[in-house]
Amino acid sequence: MELVSFYISALIALMASLLAVISRNAVHALLMLIVSLLAVACIFYQIGAPLAAALQVIVYAGAILVLMVFVIMMLNQGKAAVDQETQWLARENWLAPASLAGALLVMMLYLLWDSASRGAAARSVSAAEVGLAMYSKYLLVVELASFVLLAGLVGAFHLARRHTADSAASTNNAASTESVKSARGVR
Amino acid sequence: MNAQAIAAQSAESLQQIPLSHGLALAAALFCVGAVGMLIRRNILFTLMSLEICTNAVALAFVAAGAHWGNPDGQVMYVFVVTLAAAEVAIALALVLLFYRRHHTLDIDQLAAMRD
Repeated sequence: MELVSFYISALIALMASLLAVISRNAVHALLMLIVSLLAVACIFYQIGAPLAAALQVIVYAGAILVLMVFVIMMLNQGKAAVDQETQWLARENWLAPASLAGALLVMMLYLLWDSASRGAAARSVSAAEVGLAMYSKYLLVVELASFVLLAGLVGAFHLARRHTADSAASTNNAASTESVKSARGVR
Repeated sequence: MNAQAIAAQSAESLQQIPLSHGLALAAALFCVGAVGMLIRRNILFTLMSLEICTNAVALAFVAAGAHWGNPDGQVMYVFVVTLAAAEVAIALALVLLFYRRHHTLDIDQLAAMRD
């Protein structure tokens, strides 16, 4: 029973990813991508990783893709964008990369073929175990991940901010008053 | 009830899904994402394909971790998701900047940055 549901989820994930890649409309592609991520979340649950399944739904499908939805909303792509995508997705454009990636897939599947499953039996790894491992053995990596997130936050804020004339003037004024204050402090 | 007891309790209920099938699915998803990155010219679709690739790699981590009953796979999954979040935030900010400046999402227009 679980094997059957695994294969159904795998099929849904593959089909949805394929449709996301070949879709002409950005919003349709994004919705297909969300379906693919949710199918992978189902697979996580079935192979005994409930924490990963929950995080996939909450963080990946919930937060990251909603960010992309907002950006697509701000870009305001219309009918013209769909027409241009149709023009760009000509057969001679996708045939060679698709066959190269297909060859890559065949090679990876061939490598997986004789390294069939061995080792311990599958068991569910609970969130408590993951938390214990993460905050003992991988504590340094957690700190580094927080640095990455902070850098991403600051970088995204700096890049996406609108540089208007008055905001530039006000930051210049603030900087000049700061320098005046520090000069006074030195005296 | 400690973590080992909870794990032992749920161990009987799981039927074994072969590791190679999970890894094969991860490989197939990665290839779909790679095709998307290669064939699309719209930078938004390139980013979405990158997400598919990242997710495939995360699936490989979790499948391998689950097969050996090891929490390390899920720990790595958490870090992959963190990295993807930071990457998407920066990349989308760059996309907005690019669109404001060039009024297109054609990735070939970025070649003009060389000059």
